[in-house]
Amino acid sequence: MADKKLYLFDNPRNVKIVLYTLYISCGILLLLDFIVHRHTQHRWEELLGFYSIYGFIGCSAIVIGSKWLRGLVERDEDYYTRDELTMTEEEDHVAD
Amino acid sequence: MWPTELPAFVPFFVAALLALVTRGHLRSVLMLSIVTLSGLHLWFLDGDVLVNMQFLEYELAPYRVDSLSIVFGYVFHIAAFVSILFALHIKDTMQHVCGLLYAGSAMGALFAGDLLTLFVFWEILAVSSVFLVWARRTERAYQSGMRYLIIQVGSGVILLGGLLLHVEQTGSLEFDFIGTDHLGGWLILLAFGIKSAFPLLHTWLTDAYPEATPTGTVFLSAFTTKTAIYTLARGYPGTELLIYVGATMACFPIFYAVIQNDLRRVLSYSLINQLGFMVCGIGIGTALAINGAVSHAFVHIIYKSLLFMSMGAVLYRTGKIKATDIGGLYKTMPKTAVLCIIGAASISAFPLFSGFVAKSMIMAAAMKEGYPWIWLVLLLASASVLKHAGIQIPYFAFFAHDSGIRTSEPPKNMLLAMTIAAFLCLAIGIYPKMLYQLLPFATDFNPYDLTHVLAQTQLLFFAMLAFVWLNLQGVYPPEKVAINLDAEWLYRRFLRRLVEKISSYVQGLDSELKLKVEDRVNWLVTYFAQRHYPTGKGAVIRPTGNMVMYIAILLAAYLWLLLSFPH
Repeated sequence: MADKKLYLFDNPRNVKIVLYTLYISCGILLLLDFIVHRHTQHRWEELLGFYSIYGFIGCSAIVIGSKWLRGLVERDEDYYTRDELTMTEEEDHVAD
Repeated sequence: MWPTELPAFVPFFVAALLALVTRGHLRSVLMLSIVTLSGLHLWFLDGDVLVNMQFLEYELAPYRVDSLSIVFGYVFHIAAFVSILFALHIKDTMQHVCGLLYAGSAMGALFAGDLLTLFVFWEILAVSSVFLVWARRTERAYQSGMRYLIIQVGSGVILLGGLLLHVEQTGSLEFDFIGTDHLGGWLILLAFGIKSAFPLLHTWLTDAYPEATPTGTVFLSAFTTKTAIYTLARGYPGTELLIYVGATMACFPIFYAVIQNDLRRVLSYSLINQLGFMVCGIGIGTALAINGAVSHAFVHIIYKSLLFMSMGAVLYRTGKIKATDIGGLYKTMPKTAVLCIIGAASISAFPLFSGFVAKSMIMAAAMKEGYPWIWLVLLLASASVLKHAGIQIPYFAFFAHDSGIRTSEPPKNMLLAMTIAAFLCLAIGIYPKMLYQLLPFATDFNPYDLTHVLAQTQLLFFAMLAFVWLNLQGVYPPEKVAINLDAEWLYRRFLRRLVEKISSYVQGLDSELKLKVEDRVNWLVTYFAQRHYPTGKGAVIRPTGNMVMYIAILLAAYLWLLLSFPH
């Protein structure tokens, strides 16, 4: 099973390049807000960096919300199936 | 080729019949060429078509093509072609036949001009699709399919009830705007709502789609829900309730999608989120919004199949689909990874990808019609699409931790099907006019103005930044072997337990009653037994002399009475 071949992202430098490209693009996009005059339809959009902030905060909120939700609804994988499946299937399932 | 009036479902049903009796390459060629011919036939159709028929005292229209249904017709043909191509390598007649029947019945429902025809295809749609789940041939898939079938057929029964009331009210079976001003309209809306996965009615989708075969889910993801979206757009445009239902649909699944372990279940939740945008557009109901909903359905079918195909390819090659089991697959499936990323970029609505040119219409309509809060909710939902579908799917499958699995690219037909879908995603994204000229309402909408492109790019890049940041901070919920409760808990656990409780209570009552009756019977038996046992009173043997004495007493009494009352 041991695979000695090195692939693209086995090299930490390549991962770093991807991440830094993302950081720099984000910086440029944020700066563009100061240069480009956008025609807005709603007051919210006039806020500088509205979309950037909303994207960042919105996504973080969703992830944190999901973590909270997980605490609420998470159950063992056989929560339903231990009632529903017959013994043989259950064993098959565990086996694979 | 063939007469204009030949309904679009006929070639599909013929193809299903031919698939049943042929095999190998002949079957492949037949299936693909019939679907292609049927698509070309639709493409070269000149103007609207309406086929009428008399049934009892009602006017039926089994085949009606107009500007709204034909767009769905095109994309259904594309989806059917791609799904069949993706499934060509399997040696399972049942899946080929049922896939064609299923696509054909979707075509039938789509081009149904009256409610009765719609009902018939609605039910065939349910029955033919369940075999794609059962084709997995495990008990788990069987039970999941059973639940799916019950709910789907239930939706058909509600539709039938609704259409009977509707006919009584309006005297016509014609399928056009229905509206919610009578009970029949509400029932039909409920039936459509079940199939388009309204909140709380959505569990059949997240339950069954991940259990279907790798190729079956690709079929499933295209037809059922989009047929329902079409019927909503036809029967309920501008129904304000749908705006709020749609916004809810766009929002709640995103939380679930983030914490699912089964990647095809992530896609199923994401499917509901996408349907939410369309339902919202239908609810707004203006020309721009309906155009938005239709074009979103169009591009969605293509990129969703692409995503389901890439996950199907992973499942087919590795036998695994849970985020905890796979990862690092880009090393041996680089082509699949790239195709999956194109699908992911499309669903996330990056500029130059197909999602962008469709979703922006619905958002623009929401803002224009004065629903800024809905707009804000949809904006959040589109940022999160990037998270759960755009990043989560390719990241956990092809990157993330290296699972050590070394496999190979899927068969050529699978790759080709994915490539076609990916090509269409890019083509529509780059030349949106191609899609816009098909839409039911003429439009000069231009998605590529600077403000709009910049806004969307900022939103997406910063959402990506949030993902990276949360991941590096270790806040991002890790993949975990678990399931998450959803509304199906109501019937899979609560109702099950309730029935168990009730039946055990009734059983208790029953056995108590039985015991009591048994007690009385036993007592009676003992009583009689005791009377007649050797020592019992009933068993005493009396001499005949006793009898003579009793008769003497009787006679004496008689004599005495006779003497006392002579008359």
